[in-house]
Amino acid sequence: MTANQLMIDVSGVEKAFTLHNQGGASFGVLDNASLQVQAGECVVLHGQSGAGKSTFLKALYANYSVDGGEIRLRDGEQMVEITSALPRRIIALRRQTLGYVSQFLRVIPRVPTLEVVMQPLLDLGVDAAICEAKAKDLLQRLNVPERLWSLAPGTFSGGEQQRVNIARGFIVDYPILLLDEPTASLDATNRRVVVELIREAKARGAAVVGIFHDEDVREAVADRLVDIKAI
Amino acid sequence: MNKVIDAVQSDAGVQQALETALQQEFKEEWKDIAPLLSVRELNKFYAPGKGCGDINFDLYPGEVLGIVGESGSGKSTLLSCLSARLTPDSGNVIYNSERFGEMDLYACEESMRRVLMRSEWGIVHQHARDGLRMNVSAGANIGERLMAVGERHYGDIRAKAEEWLTAVEIDTGRIDDRPSQFSGGMQQRLQIARNLVTHPKLIFMDEPTGGLDVSVQAKLLDLLRNLVSRLGLSVIIVTHDLAVARLLAHRLMVMRRGQVVETGLTDQVLDDPQHPYTQLLVSSILQN
Repeated sequence: MTANQLMIDVSGVEKAFTLHNQGGASFGVLDNASLQVQAGECVVLHGQSGAGKSTFLKALYANYSVDGGEIRLRDGEQMVEITSALPRRIIALRRQTLGYVSQFLRVIPRVPTLEVVMQPLLDLGVDAAICEAKAKDLLQRLNVPERLWSLAPGTFSGGEQQRVNIARGFIVDYPILLLDEPTASLDATNRRVVVELIREAKARGAAVVGIFHDEDVREAVADRLVDIKAI
Repeated sequence: MNKVIDAVQSDAGVQQALETALQQEFKEEWKDIAPLLSVRELNKFYAPGKGCGDINFDLYPGEVLGIVGESGSGKSTLLSCLSARLTPDSGNVIYNSERFGEMDLYACEESMRRVLMRSEWGIVHQHARDGLRMNVSAGANIGERLMAVGERHYGDIRAKAEEWLTAVEIDTGRIDDRPSQFSGGMQQRLQIARNLVTHPKLIFMDEPTGGLDVSVQAKLLDLLRNLVSRLGLSVIIVTHDLAVARLLAHRLMVMRRGQVVETGLTDQVLDDPQHPYTQLLVSSILQN
């Protein structure tokens, strides 16, 4: 991956929500939003709660649809326009190119932690032993006690679940990483680990777009702060 | 791919070759792949508003399509039409068969449909008793499907039955027991093993976790998810349980009164529903 390669190219994105079952109330969230992110760059979105940071990030992941504009993401040599791409194209993109880490872990109940973390890399056809080694390394770095690895994360504390989720999000070296407050309920030690992981991702050329409420994390990883109202 | 990585790791100069290989593989994947199943203008109505109509979609190899909607929305009728069990009033279902090539399901010989059903297709019924023979052994239930595709060697059949019992986490010591002696969850897993033994390309599932209690559901979901991704199966799954749809399906069709009202990537449909009915459906889920 070469430096200064455009990874994310958003132009003129519009998004409004219409609540059909609540009197058809409609409110606009994104108005002509545009953003470019290069390989190795970390852009942090800021703005007040409810300003649309999360909506923007979810649109980048194709988790939310948009009403207008274009979102192009680099997949190898191609730029893929995700607002019009077929579902199977987006699924392939998410599998190998586009990572998303939220603060919530959403997995099949009763699957052990180690398997939860390994799964995204296994799905790429990588050898199970390599997946397991990498998963263990990430769990260790994120201070998830080894005695929990064989247990399903359903009963873990919020912070533990969050760290399992981060390990899962970082197990594949995605060229594009979207981070939606992954450090929300972590202590200072674990926040530093996440900062290291983000810096490593940048160093290998990943484009990162994130939302962070802690100022220390923001300072440590951001190349640019972007006000969601201004994009 | 791993072998490639291992082989070139020692030599920094070959990094370029690795990247080229990666890109080639990537391009291969995006060659135009033909849909496995194409549905055009499909209609089947028992009475006005009862059945399904105007159904159009393509299913690609390796895709899991979820069909969701309330009871009576036409989901199961549609599934029956797609799986050659119910002749539609009009429209086409085109299947890209390994054996027969491209074929129109309702324009071909009945015998061809029967061959498909016992080889390239699998059907997992909501009630295991609809998909199993309850009075013959678990091993025979699996073996029967193998014999239907021409397998004759008893030892091989039994070995394959054991292999598939293990794959669905049933103790091979139970191979001679009848399904009627199994729990509901085990019956469902046996039904899945029976279907998968002939290496089908396409599986139809009708509420596969429907009658099971919650603790058994989770295990079955995990098993299904793993098998589907490991075997690269294409699946059409009918469910009214949106949590099941979220965990298994790549994309969704939301049905209401026999019509598809919304379709798209699973998490997009569930997290950002556009149609009033989908919004109602999603907002009615109890949160825990």
